[in-house]
This record gives sequence, C-alpha cells and structure tokens, in this order.
Amino acid sequence: MKILALVRMALGSMLRNKVRAALTVLGVVIGVASVVVMIAVGLGARSDIEAKVENLGVHMIVVSAGSSTRGGVSGGAGSFNRLTVDDAVFLDEEAESITAVTPVISTMAPIVGGAGNWRAPIQGVDTCYFTIRAWEAASGRLFTDDEVRNRRKVVVLGHTVAEALWPDQDPVGQRIRLRNVQFEVVGVLDAKGQTADGSDQDDVVLSPYTTVQTRLAGRQFIGQILASAASKEAVPDALAEAKTLMRESHRLSAGEDDDFTVRDQTQMAATAQATTNTMTLLLSTIAGISLLVGGIGIMNIMLVSVSERTREIGIRRAIGAKRRDILLQFVVESVVLSGIGGLLGTGLGFVGSAVVGRITGWATEVAPATVLLAVGFSMAVGAFFGFYPARRASLLDPIEALRHE
Amino acid sequence: MARPLIEVEGVSRAFHVGESSVLALRHVDLRVDEGEMIAVMGASGSGKSTLMNILGCLDRPTTGRYRLSGIAVETLDDDALAELRNHVLGFVFQGFNLIPRTTAVENVTLPLLYAHVPPREAREQAIVALRRVGLGDRLEHQPNEMSGGQQQRVAIARALVTNPRVVLADEPTGNLDSRTTVEVMALFQDLNHLGMTLVIVTHEDDVARYCRRVLMLRDGRILSDHPAAHGSARDDLARMPAEEDA
Repeated sequence: MKILALVRMALGSMLRNKVRAALTVLGVVIGVASVVVMIAVGLGARSDIEAKVENLGVHMIVVSAGSSTRGGVSGGAGSFNRLTVDDAVFLDEEAESITAVTPVISTMAPIVGGAGNWRAPIQGVDTCYFTIRAWEAASGRLFTDDEVRNRRKVVVLGHTVAEALWPDQDPVGQRIRLRNVQFEVVGVLDAKGQTADGSDQDDVVLSPYTTVQTRLAGRQFIGQILASAASKEAVPDALAEAKTLMRESHRLSAGEDDDFTVRDQTQMAATAQATTNTMTLLLSTIAGISLLVGGIGIMNIMLVSVSERTREIGIRRAIGAKRRDILLQFVVESVVLSGIGGLLGTGLGFVGSAVVGRITGWATEVAPATVLLAVGFSMAVGAFFGFYPARRASLLDPIEALRHE
Repeated sequence: MARPLIEVEGVSRAFHVGESSVLALRHVDLRVDEGEMIAVMGASGSGKSTLMNILGCLDRPTTGRYRLSGIAVETLDDDALAELRNHVLGFVFQGFNLIPRTTAVENVTLPLLYAHVPPREAREQAIVALRRVGLGDRLEHQPNEMSGGQQQRVAIARALVTNPRVVLADEPTGNLDSRTTVEVMALFQDLNHLGMTLVIVTHEDDVARYCRRVLMLRDGRILSDHPAAHGSARDDLARMPAEEDA
C-alpha cells in the first residue's frame, strides 16, 4: 500500500477518536514545545553570558609582567618586572587593532577615612581603564584626563571599599588618607561582583596612575597593561600585535624569550561557555524527558488502539494484508500523531520562547534548525514508540483476531 | 468444466489445549471443482470452522495436503498466504466484518489497495463491485448507517472486487432475517450462474437447499457429501410477500 494511502487511513482513524487523539497529541505538543523553549532559552542564556564576559572587559587583552629564568630557576610571574608606562604608551601609539590602553600600577596601602580603616589594592590607571573594563560610576563621577595629566589626588572607590568605610553614607566628596596623603573621593563604582576564581573585583581603590606614581611611596609595579581590541574578531590580531610590539619595546632579540605574557579573555569565555553548555544540556534533558513521556503516551494509546481494533486487524489480514502492511499502518498512524504533535508543539514553543524572552530579557530566538529538529525528533519518537504496538498488531493470529469481540 | 479448484487430501488439524491435544479435523478428503456451490454443514464443534480457516489459508493443516488452484498451500510462507487470500479468495463473514466508521466504498477498496492497485483505479473498481450487488446508491454510507442485508452486500462486494477464484462464506446469513437471507442467497446464486465458485459454511437447512452440493461434518470427519435441491432463491423471493426493502 502506498504511503499516501496509509497517511490518509491514519488521519481517518485519528478523526474517529478525536478526543483521544487530541489528548495523545497534547503529550507530544508539550514535550516538543518544552524542547523548543529550552533550546531557545539555552541559546538566549549563552548570548547573555557572552555579554557578561564582554562586560569584564571589552575585547580585553592583558599584558602581564613575565617571569625571568636565571640559571634554570624560574622566579615566577612578576619576578622580572620590566613593564613600564612607556610600554603602555608605545602600545597605544603603534598598535592598529588596539583601541585603548592603560597601565595598571598596583600597590597595597592602608586606607583611612570615614568609619575607620581598610586595606585594599590601590591601582593607578588611566581614564580609558573604565572604557576597557566597561565600568561606570554608581554615584559621583570618574576621574578625568585633566586630573590624570595634573596628578590630582582623587580616587574612585570600589563598591566594597565604599561600603566598608562609609556603610550608611555616600562617600562622594569625603576624604581618605593613603600613606598619609590625602585624597578626595570623587565617585563610587558600580558593583561588578566576584570573578570566576572568587576574587572581589569591587575591593579596589582607583586613582590616576600619574598620581600613584609620584605621590604614593612604597613598592610599586606595573603589574598589568590592559588593552581593548577594536572588535571581538580583532582579538587574535590584537594579541599578536601586542606581542610583537612588546618585544620591540623591550628590544628583545630573536633568540630571547618573552619577558611578559599576553592573554585575552578566552579562558573566561570558555568557562562561561562550559557553564551555559551544561545548563543547556540540563534543560534539554528535562525537555527531552517530557518528550519521552509524550512518546510513552503514544505507545499507550497505540496499544489500546491495537487491542480495540484486533478484529479490524483480523479482517485486514483475511482480505490480504501482509504482516508488514499492518506494521506499517500502525507505525504510520503513530508517526502521524507525533508529527502533528511536533508541528503544534513547535508553534507553542515559539509562543513560549517569546514569553520567556520577555520575562528574562534574554534574546530567546527559535532557530529554524530547531524547528526541523523538533518535528523530526518527535516523528522519530512516534516511530520508536509506535513500533512495539504495531509489531504486536502485525503478529496477531488472523483467526484469533477475527474471533475477537 | 470439472477442473479441481480445491483439493484437500488427508488433512488433519490438532489443537493443543494444555497437556492434551484435540483433533478438530480427522483425515478429511475434499475436492471442489470450478463453478460449484457447496454448503458445509455441521453442528458446532464438528470442525467446519476449522475446515473453513484451512480452505481460507488463514490456518495450516497439521498433516495432509491442500492445493488451492493448483498451488500447494502448506509450502507457502505468511506473505504468500496473504497474497493468496487477496487474489484467489474472497471472504464473507457472519458478522459482516466491515471496518467501522469507514464508508462502503472505502471498505471495498481495501483489498485492492493491499494488491497495490492505484487508489483512483481501486475506487472505480470498488464502485463497479458495489453496483453489482445493488448498492450503487450507498457508496458513501458507513456500516452503522446500513441495514444488515446492505452490510452483508458490501462485504460480498469486497469479496468480489479482486475477481477471486472462490468465495468463502462463513455463516453469511447468521445475522439476517429470513427475507434478507433469501436475498443474499439469490445474490450468491446469481454469482454462481456467472461461474463463481462458492463455499458456504452454514447450519441452516434453508441456506443449504439453495446450494448444489451439501457436505455434512461431524466430529472432524465428513459424514456425508451429496447433491442438494438447488432451489431458486429468486423464485422464492418472488413468492414472498412484498416488504419494505430492509
């Protein structure tokens, strides 16, 4: 019998049991809809997390002081510190794929002011540090290029420091002392939270690097130079370029090892990606399970249908249906049921994704491939779960089946 | 025209019920030629249903040989038997056995679809068969919208549509009133006059007397095999008081 005739027959027998068919299809509809929504949510969450990684720094590249190896003994990171402000200036002027550069001069000092004292890293940076790290002031303002040029004694406090020293008050306009030098607090930064490795990004005091260099005594070093690549795609170029320029700046000959390291955020991005992948997998598994339940519903109904129609199967066998005709009839019926469920479920999935997208603010778009996957998968579920009942039908003894009431 | 259509030689059929086995047929020999109209009679338990199932290629003999239209049935596999049922045999059952909630024409089309006749062509042939049994005006009716007589005529149309060599009817009038019974028998006689071979299982003498030959079974053996009255159902119908067509 031709497939088309089988499909018509299957539709006919669906129409004969409308309510039952509708309920069975509903199981698949819910399963497929949840698969579609979960995949959309997974993709939405992924792009959301990508945006968050971006937020750590816009296409950020980190140049760190390298290690020195003397006589086979490595001094560890930062042991041979040759990063200078000049390196940062050189990078800024020469690199084409890099849009912003700032040195980061770090020191540690007791911070006195407000409610008492605190201890946090003091970082001397240029104004484009805020651009590179996409960091804005929660209150007050950031310091300006003018203040950097004129070595003004101004600081911007990280959220944690502000909370520690002025728990109930806006510290903007207040004064703090760093190693007996008085600074004015001009702003407080947005809270960024912890990094993946658990260090608090908000436990920091930022000041113009020129000020830190000249006004603060104590051990200082440029631990890092932060830079921003022109775009996400330009990051690999920027990495290569930074490396070449740093070697040039340090006058390293061809045989010498780098005395610095250049990294981007791929590590961070990879971690975040892994997290989203895990989440997507988890959600899809749950959705898959609901589709599985829908499939079991189909199997159940097909088994009922087979036992109800035992006599019909007997008649069909008597008038010349082969075993595989019966098998095919019930498998097609099951696939038609699940296929219709798949189509309806995809429709519902579209609506569901839009609703979830609106609630979470994620870009939950349903990819066309998802639709094909969902409908194809649901039909496969139908074929899989329809096979056992269909096989049972095909193996019925025609005489027994005809005698069946 | 004495060409043998059905040749049964020494056929026995045993059923296993728990530990013991029951012989439903005991060494039956039977030959039916083309163009015959034979009634198989017997009380329940006489083995007539078992014989019918074997003749209909739904069951296989435990021992013995069965040749249908020259083909040794016991050597065939399941698919080949299904093809025989489709091409060589036509079935008419007591309970009509139409597929519910499926129109008359769809029911009659079914055997052709299983024979891979294209749907459009199959439908045309089905309509021809339904007209032949006088149901040209009931094509799109479903079984529950038709009387018993009409349903049985749909079943006969379905049995005829593949142009089988023999029609097997199992208690075809069991669920019908006496007038409809005669109508159905008249239809069978018409077919027989056109050369169709018919084997009719029945326990009604009223049915058997319209056949040409009557076979009596008892306890799985053939008790008697003799020619029958072969009265004309059409004549009887004409003598019956006129009645609303059921």
